[in-house]
Amino acid sequence: MISINFEYHRPHSISEALEMFGELHAKGKEPIFYNGGTEIITMMRIHSLYTEARAVIDIKTIPECTYTGFQGDRLVIGSSIPLAQLQEMPEFPLLGKTCSRIADHTSREKITIGGNICGTIKYKEAVLPLLLTDCDLVIAGDNGINEIPIQQVFDKHMLLAPGSFVVQVLVKKQFLDLPYVSKKMTRIDRIGYPLLTVSALKTGEQARFAFSGLCDFPFRSNSVEDALNNQDWSVQERITNAISQLPAPLLGDAEGSAAYREFVLRNVLEESIAELKGG
Amino acid sequence: MKQMVELTVNGEKKRIYVRPAATLLNTLREELGLTGAKPGCENGDCGACTINFDGRPMKSCLTLSIEAVDHQVTTIEGLIDTPIQQAFVKQFAFQCGYCTSGFIMNCHALAELYPNANEYQIKDWLQSNICRCTGYEEIEAAITEVLKNKAIEDTPS
Repeated sequence: MISINFEYHRPHSISEALEMFGELHAKGKEPIFYNGGTEIITMMRIHSLYTEARAVIDIKTIPECTYTGFQGDRLVIGSSIPLAQLQEMPEFPLLGKTCSRIADHTSREKITIGGNICGTIKYKEAVLPLLLTDCDLVIAGDNGINEIPIQQVFDKHMLLAPGSFVVQVLVKKQFLDLPYVSKKMTRIDRIGYPLLTVSALKTGEQARFAFSGLCDFPFRSNSVEDALNNQDWSVQERITNAISQLPAPLLGDAEGSAAYREFVLRNVLEESIAELKGG
Repeated sequence: MKQMVELTVNGEKKRIYVRPAATLLNTLREELGLTGAKPGCENGDCGACTINFDGRPMKSCLTLSIEAVDHQVTTIEGLIDTPIQQAFVKQFAFQCGYCTSGFIMNCHALAELYPNANEYQIKDWLQSNICRCTGYEEIEAAITEVLKNKAIEDTPS
């Protein structure tokens, strides 16, 4: 049971949602935008996060947030699309494969792509394909509705101004059917938080890599990619150099020690490089 | 703080007062007397509270009651003698029974939405529910039987 009381609002347009946020904020209700709501419900229930919120604004009834389809040379994915739906979307197989390993199927019916990338959980695995494809995010806020490259608004976590929310993800067609790998390793069972997740995309002769579960945040790193793509080195040398370029220490936690993560990472990278070479 | 909402549960419209913070699981059990959805972890992990939301399996502990306005909710009480219920009995796919309603709602949605589901998809969906009696083999046999029978029914004679 959630012991906190809050108001629930259901806007039907982006402008209505922004207006609601402003009004509720002015009344001191600390409103938050609500998408799938799984993290908000679970964290509120144990009084861990979002405890100040006295109003939630459910954005799932905003048409732009539930839209998927092509517009020009880009695939548009509404932020309220559940991961289970993305798992079955043939247009972007890398995203589908990555989403298919987040949580369990029934939870994926509720978790949305917007919620996954904006939540506080450190894994945010749905962001990996978005980082690899240099997508743009449509963000609504005080400054209007803007398309912003993901690299400008995602650094370890989403950098959203208060009162703004992700409306859509825009992915260029040219990235959708490139060769890819997506590998999630868990401690024991198939369902669980990642020991590590590696997603990679082959663009010409180069490969892009993004990671979750390795450090305290998901990331894509130019220096790691440079090391992994350096053809002057053997595969083992590339991997060793890439590990030395990680942006933060390897995690050591209940999912596995830092040393074990490094051991598994070496194997997963070796497999990934081999698969992409053949792809 | 309670507000009036109209929910459609098992095809019936119900007007009730709920707190916006109330989960669908709590409302089904405490306001509507539908105790088939079970509280387990209440954290989205065990699947005992699974219901169908517009025909798709959903954990009612991870859903606010108020989110269900304008949607169709089906609980185990709304299923009567369906093929998956018959198959659970035939295959002895339950022991203590606590997880059974959640498993049945999940399996029912799978059979309705994906009658041609393959083994991978069956396992992928079943991993959303936990059976502490470990009756997984029998549960898998039950859903497999339902899908096989559907395939036979759908085959042109």
